[in-house]
Amino acid sequence: MPERLLALRDIGKRFGANRVLEGVSLDLDAGEVHILAGENGAGKTTLIKILAGIHSDYEGAIELGGRPVRFATPHEANRAGISVIHQELSLIDSMSVLDNIHLGRERARPGGLWLDRSGQAERALALCRQLNLELSAEDLARPVEQFPLSVKNLVEIAKALAFDARILVMDEPTSALSRAEVDRLFALVEALKRRGCGIIYITHKMEEIYRVADRITVLRDGRRVGTAAAGDCPESRLIQWMIGRELAPQGPPRPRAPGAGEGVLEVRGFGVPHPVPGRPPAVRDFSVSVRAGEIVGIAGLQGSGAAELFQGLFGARGAVCAGSVAVGGKPFSPESPSRSIGRGLCHLTADRKGSGLVPAMSVEHNVTLASLPRSSPGGVLRPRRERECAAAQAAALGIRLESLDQAAGTLSGGNQQKVVLAKWLETRPRVLLLEEPTRGVDIGAKSEIYSLMRRWTTEGMAILLISSELPELLLLCDRILAMHRGAVTAEFSREEATPERILAAAMGSPGRPGEACA
Amino acid sequence: MKAGSVRRWLAAPSFRALLALAFVVAIGCAFNADGAFFRWGTHRDMLRQVSVYGILGCGMTLVIISGGIDLSVGSVVGLCAVLFARQTLHEGQAAPAALAVVLGAGTAIGLLSGALVARFRVQAFVATLAMMVFARGLAKWVSGGQKISQAIQHPDGTFTYVDLPAVFQRLDHRILGGNLSVVTLVFLGCVLLSWVVLEKLRYGRYLYATGGNEEAARLSGVPVARAKLLAYGLSGLFAAVAGVCQAAQEQQGDPEAGSTYELTAIAIAVIGGNTLSGGRGGIGLTLLGALTIGYLEKVLSINAVGESSRLMLTGAIIIAAVLLQRRKAG
Repeated sequence: MPERLLALRDIGKRFGANRVLEGVSLDLDAGEVHILAGENGAGKTTLIKILAGIHSDYEGAIELGGRPVRFATPHEANRAGISVIHQELSLIDSMSVLDNIHLGRERARPGGLWLDRSGQAERALALCRQLNLELSAEDLARPVEQFPLSVKNLVEIAKALAFDARILVMDEPTSALSRAEVDRLFALVEALKRRGCGIIYITHKMEEIYRVADRITVLRDGRRVGTAAAGDCPESRLIQWMIGRELAPQGPPRPRAPGAGEGVLEVRGFGVPHPVPGRPPAVRDFSVSVRAGEIVGIAGLQGSGAAELFQGLFGARGAVCAGSVAVGGKPFSPESPSRSIGRGLCHLTADRKGSGLVPAMSVEHNVTLASLPRSSPGGVLRPRRERECAAAQAAALGIRLESLDQAAGTLSGGNQQKVVLAKWLETRPRVLLLEEPTRGVDIGAKSEIYSLMRRWTTEGMAILLISSELPELLLLCDRILAMHRGAVTAEFSREEATPERILAAAMGSPGRPGEACA
Repeated sequence: MKAGSVRRWLAAPSFRALLALAFVVAIGCAFNADGAFFRWGTHRDMLRQVSVYGILGCGMTLVIISGGIDLSVGSVVGLCAVLFARQTLHEGQAAPAALAVVLGAGTAIGLLSGALVARFRVQAFVATLAMMVFARGLAKWVSGGQKISQAIQHPDGTFTYVDLPAVFQRLDHRILGGNLSVVTLVFLGCVLLSWVVLEKLRYGRYLYATGGNEEAARLSGVPVARAKLLAYGLSGLFAAVAGVCQAAQEQQGDPEAGSTYELTAIAIAVIGGNTLSGGRGGIGLTLLGALTIGYLEKVLSINAVGESSRLMLTGAIIIAAVLLQRRKAG
C-alpha cells in the first residue's frame, strides 16, 4: 500500500455568483502520476490554484500526509512541499539560474543576514545532476533568459526540488517543447516517481496521458466525473467522461449553407512559424475553403495552433506566413491588419480586454475605430456619420447601454463583446475569423451572438470559428476541422461530427476510424 | 435620469479640473494682496508667464494621450531659443527664414524621439530622456556655451551691439490696448491646433486608441507607429514655438533656457486631469491645468511667499489635485 501524500475532500469554489468547483475530491499517492483531465473551463486550473495557496477562500478540506492543512499563501503551500509548475513558467527571466532556484528560500549564513552563495551553488549543482541537467557553475550564474525553454522547464523543476517538494503539479508542461524535450521531461517524471514524489499532471494530449498516467481523474463543469486507474480507463471512456451525456443544444440547428455559394476564403498549405526561432511551426500545412454563408469550425484545445492560424491569416504577425490565401478569388498575402481589413477580413480575438476593446474610449468610438478610413475621408472626422453608424450597429446587435458616449469598459462582458463585433461589422467584412466569440459572456448574450452569426451567414459572410466548446461547434458549423499540434488531424461534415470524434482528434488520438490522421 | 446626468457631469474630469482652478482663484480672492489680484494686469501677466509652459503642455498632452511621455521639451526650448537668437541676432536672417529653420529643428527632434519610441520600441521615458540630454548638449554647442544676446563678442575681446530685430518685440508685445500678450495668443493658437488634431482629425482618434489599448488599435488597422510619430513631432514643434517665445521674452538665447520646463508641462497636463497611462483626457483639461498652475504661481508671488515655500506648496497642491481626481473618478 503506497503512502498517501495528499487528499482533497469535497473542494468547492465560487467566484461571485459563478460556481466553478463543487464537491471535487482527489488524492495522490507517493510514486504516482495522477492525470487531471477535462475540457477548457472544467475547473482544473481553479483546483490547482487552491492546492497551491493562490485561492485561499474555498470549501472543503485538504489533507497533507494525513494532517489537515489550509494554505493562505503560495509560500505556505511551497513550504508544505507542494510545487506547481505553471504553464507560463514562473521564473524571473533576468535573474540567474541559481537565484531562481532558491528564490523565496534563500539559504543564509548563520546569523541569517548574509546569503550563503557557495552553499546555494553546491545545492543547485546537486539538483541539476539529479535532473541530468548539465550546467556548470558558470552557467548557474547566467540569467535564465539565455537558456532554451526546455532548460527553463528543468530549472523550474529544480526549483521545486529545492523546496523539497514531494507533490509536483505540472500544468501542460509540454505545450512548448519539442519531441526530444518531451522525452527528456518524461524520463524525469519517471525518476521523480522513483524518488517517491507524487505528480498531478494536467494535459490535453492523449498520447501523454497514456504514456505517463497511473490514475486519471476527469473534471467537467466544476465537478468530478470519475477517477480510474489508467489501465481501466480506455480512450473511449475518457472522452465520454470529458464530454458528458447531456449536450444541451442551444437553439435549433442552423439551416445548411446553400451548396452553390461561392468560395470566399481559400487557404492552401498555410503555415505560421513559431515566434521563437528553431521551434516547430505553430501551424503547418493548413488548407481550407470557406464558401459564402458557411461556418467552418476549428476545434483545438490549448496549444493546437488555432489561435496562431487566425493571427497569421489576419496579418497580425506580419508577412511571415507560408502558403497561399485568396479572398473572393483574388490572391492575398497577409501582411498587416490594416491590409487584411481592406480585403474584407476581420479577427475577433479571444482576449477581449487585451486586444479587442479600448476600454477607456466611448462605445461609439470603439465601434467606428476600424472603419475610420472609410467614414472620415480626407482624415477629417464626421461626427454625425459616426454617430449614425454606431447607433445603427448598437441597435442591430442589441447592445444594451446608457449612452453611446459611455466608456466601453463599463459595459457587461456580453455587451463589450458585441461592441467589438460591431466594430468588425462596420468594416463590412466578407470573412469573419471568430475566436471564442462567446467566452466570458452570459447565457443570454451567448444565444444572441449565435443568432447574429446565423444572420451574418444569410447575408453572405463566411465564418471561421474557433471554439473550445464542442456544443457550440456542433450547433453552428457546417464543417468542423480538428487541430492538434499545429496541424489538422481530421475534418468532419455536420453529419459525421460527434463530440467524441472531434475531441479524440483534437487530442491527437491516433487511429480513430474514418479520419485522415497526420 | 436628471440626477444621473448631474452625477455624471460632476464626475467628469473637466468639472474636477474646473473645481481645482476655482479653488486656486478663490484663494487668490481671499489673499488678494490689497486688491492686486483684482487688477487685470495681474491676470494678463499671469497669462504671459504661463504661456510658454502652456505651449509645452499642449504637446505633452498629445504625447500623454498616445500613452507616452516627452521629457525632451525643456531642452528643445533651450536649443530653439539659442538657434533663433543666433539666426536673427548674429546672422541677421529674416524672421520668417529663421522661424522656418527653428520650427523645423524642433519638429525633427520630436520626430526622432517618436521614431525611437514607435519604430525601435525604446521606452518613451528612456528615449526622451536621452533626447533631453542630447538637445541640451546641442544647444550648448550651437551657442558655444554662451548666452546669445545683442552683444556680440569678437575674437579680440571687443563687443559690438546689434539692434533687437522687430520679431522679438512683436512677440513680446501687448495688444488690445495693452491688455493681452502676444505669447498668450500663440499659446491659445497651440491649444486650438491641438484641439483640431484631437477632436476633428482621424489621427486624433488614433492617438486615443493607441494610448487606450495599443494592441487592440493595431489589430483594428490603426497606424500606431505613425500616430505616435505625429504626437512626438507636434510636441517637438510646440517646444520650438515655446523656445522662440522664450527667446523673445528674454531678448536673448540662453542655452540653459527651459531647464525643468518639461516637468511643469507634465504637471499642467496632469493637474488638468489627463492620466499618464494614456488613452483619456483632452486639450481643454490642459488649458484648465495651465490656468491652475499659472494662478497658483501668481497668487503665491503677489503675496510674496518665499521661493522655498512656493515650491513646496506647488508640489503639495499637485498631489492633492491628482488624488482628488483619482478618488472620485474611480
